[in-house]
Amino acid sequence: MPQYKQFPLPDTAEGLTEAEILTWHVKPGDTVAVNQIIVEIETAKAAVELPCPWAGVVTELLAEPGQTVEVGVPIITIDTDPGGAAAPAAPAPVAASAEANGTSSGKIGEEMPGGRIATLVGYGPKSGTAKRRARKDAAPAAAVAAPPAPAPAPVPVAAPVVQAPAPVAPGGYVPLAKPPVRKLAKDLGVDLHVLTGSGPGGVITREDVETAVSAPAAPAAAAASSVDNSTRERRVPIKGVRKATAQAMVDSAFTAPHVTEFLTVDVTPMMELRAKLKNAPEFRGVKLTPLAFCAKAVILAARRTPDVNATWDAAANEIVYKDYVHLGIAAATPRGLVVPKVRDADRMSLKELAVALDELATVARDGKTSPADMMNGTITITNVGVFGVDTGTPILNPGESAILALGAIRDMPWVVDGEIKVRKICQLALSFDHRVVDGQQGSQFLADVGALLAEPGIAMTY
Amino acid sequence: MSSPEQWTHPEPDAAPAATAAKPTAEQVIAGLRATDEGGADLVQLLTPEGERVSHPDFDIDITAEELRGLYRDMVLIRRVDREANALQRKGQLGIWVPLLGQEAAQIGAGRAMRETDMAFPSYREHGIAWTRGIKPTDLLGIFRGTDMGSWDPVEKRFHPYTIVIGNQVLNAAGYAMGQKFDGKVGDDEGEATMCFFGDGATSQGDVHEGFVWAAVYDAPLVFFCQNNQWAISEPTERQSRLPLYQRARGYGFPGIRVDGNDVLATLAVTKWALDECRHGNGPILIEAFTYRMDAHTTSDDPSRYRLSDELEMWKLKDPIERVKVYLVRQQWADSEFFEGVEAEADALGEELREFCTNMPDPPAERIFSNVYAEGNPNLEAQRDEFLDYVSGFAGGEH
Repeated sequence: MPQYKQFPLPDTAEGLTEAEILTWHVKPGDTVAVNQIIVEIETAKAAVELPCPWAGVVTELLAEPGQTVEVGVPIITIDTDPGGAAAPAAPAPVAASAEANGTSSGKIGEEMPGGRIATLVGYGPKSGTAKRRARKDAAPAAAVAAPPAPAPAPVPVAAPVVQAPAPVAPGGYVPLAKPPVRKLAKDLGVDLHVLTGSGPGGVITREDVETAVSAPAAPAAAAASSVDNSTRERRVPIKGVRKATAQAMVDSAFTAPHVTEFLTVDVTPMMELRAKLKNAPEFRGVKLTPLAFCAKAVILAARRTPDVNATWDAAANEIVYKDYVHLGIAAATPRGLVVPKVRDADRMSLKELAVALDELATVARDGKTSPADMMNGTITITNVGVFGVDTGTPILNPGESAILALGAIRDMPWVVDGEIKVRKICQLALSFDHRVVDGQQGSQFLADVGALLAEPGIAMTY
Repeated sequence: MSSPEQWTHPEPDAAPAATAAKPTAEQVIAGLRATDEGGADLVQLLTPEGERVSHPDFDIDITAEELRGLYRDMVLIRRVDREANALQRKGQLGIWVPLLGQEAAQIGAGRAMRETDMAFPSYREHGIAWTRGIKPTDLLGIFRGTDMGSWDPVEKRFHPYTIVIGNQVLNAAGYAMGQKFDGKVGDDEGEATMCFFGDGATSQGDVHEGFVWAAVYDAPLVFFCQNNQWAISEPTERQSRLPLYQRARGYGFPGIRVDGNDVLATLAVTKWALDECRHGNGPILIEAFTYRMDAHTTSDDPSRYRLSDELEMWKLKDPIERVKVYLVRQQWADSEFFEGVEAEADALGEELREFCTNMPDPPAERIFSNVYAEGNPNLEAQRDEFLDYVSGFAGGEH
């Protein structure tokens, strides 16, 4: 009996979907041997010769030279038992229909019984329309709606008695514990899954493990409930100010190369001046804070080092120097961090600055700072001192080239004229965009600000 | 230097070499010479014409039976290679990595190893696997995507194939250092390690690190670099400015270039190198100068980047033919022997075809079972979930 076998086009390189038939080396009626080269094809990667998988007689070629064939579609029919009685006059129906269709490449695939043909790599030819494989229980609506997670229902049925601590819910809870604690638990034979972490964020601590060893037999129910950490977590959508802050910080940190410099200053003279001015009639009712002095110092110093008040315009390939100062003040508010601006701060006197800053703070704290108020700053001060913090490494407000952190003013021992005295000491930290500001300019600016705070009289020289 | 007139009046047809679409005749000749000649330092004991030559430092006493064995090894592994290549072309393997042309380098090196020596292969070392007693059928699963290599690396002293280029050099260096620390080095009974990689791998950082560690710890490690001239489409001139074996000098250990198409020379040099290592004089670099006669893998088309002249020239240096000529000339083998080997090769080819086409797909559970040595509740839960999902389809297991 003739036995017909069809050779589907293989994927000759990883993940190809089709190939073009270049040349047939055999024709119908030829006797072929195993591994005899029968056809040359060209894929997206290479021209490749295909060997014959079986010995026999070629019955039919199912694709013509020049034709593009999808992987998995038969290209040749071979009679592997030509010695059989019946003459190959009645070939397989597949072959007959393919013959009738001649050159159409799509038809060959469609006419195959069984539709899609499995291939080792890739997905084989498309079979008409895409459809899902049938599930055993054909209750479509319910099956689609519910994800195929194993239902917990079988558990009580299978084991109505008291259970050992239930294994973890599938989908992935891994107990939080540091590696040494995991090691300890392993050594002591404690299953971390049944413990409730007492550390921050539910982390299982060494003590938790040790307690579990000394007081075993924790009730299974409690253990099971401890698994669910989500009840002790609070998830807040990232939006609004938090989102804008995060975006601005990330943008800034990853675009502007930050450099931060520090300076510790004896601001006793500034505090003395402040005490004097507070009693002056001109400043009656004005909230004269160290921040106001700092703002004045920044504005004066920026006049000598305009680079810190400039902007890196990457799009235009220019550095924009500004003859005005819109001074940003980073303010903590119930809504988060906002940076409202004092417009044209460089034209203001100390008193005007102090008033403007006070207003700014009030508006910000009331949550009434408008987006427009936060736009187009040129340089920023962040007053971390109000939190009792000494200093920090501030991140630039996007678009600006410098930000100054004003630390807390403390009574500290300080050497004055060779003697240790108690003085008002404050730390300044300046972060600047090193693309715009070099170390020299940055250092000079910071030194100038420090000098102005250490001896406000220096301002006379500006 | 050319004269100033030429600066201003270049010859109209003389395009600068770097931008010429086609290489000049000189470049072609230089290229052929570079790959054709192993250089003056090349160790060779059997010429491509099948003539036995002597070498002042390396020689080997080989019996007729031993040489017939080497011939049989090479013919059989070449058949395995061709059969597997054809199986890929028939859609039975996802990919195959041909060794055609490198039979002598691998059989020579593999037969030089003792049972106690350890080997770290890359992914083309089918010949080495053969000499370690691994059945060729055991290699097929890797290339069909059904397993990761089914042999026991400890029992066979043959590490699983490493696909990442050069990575096994680190593993081998560490293993060889371990042999030294365990006191298994120092006399005739000592152990050694062999690490196999290609010319392209020598550009990898891992190989450099392996060289450094092995050197400073005197690890009993033979670095066996099969320089088959092409790192996929990159020629060796894109890997190095000096012959690869000379790199060893910079690390402080000997480097030797051997004719990798000469099974006798490869056997002799590798035996010597392994003996040096087992006596504590390692490491040693061997550059087996050979040629990849087929594509890098079945996904590659070498006609796009190398000249057929080069291939034709290397055909004349075939590693198997020269042994056949020598066996006949010495009257060490008759036609009965050659026909016998041929029949054995045919049977092996058929065994591979049978095995490959009937290879069962591994159960879905295998995705999970080889991840951790001990269980993991999280993974087990995932496994159960997945198996439950898979079994939910009508019509049996996928």
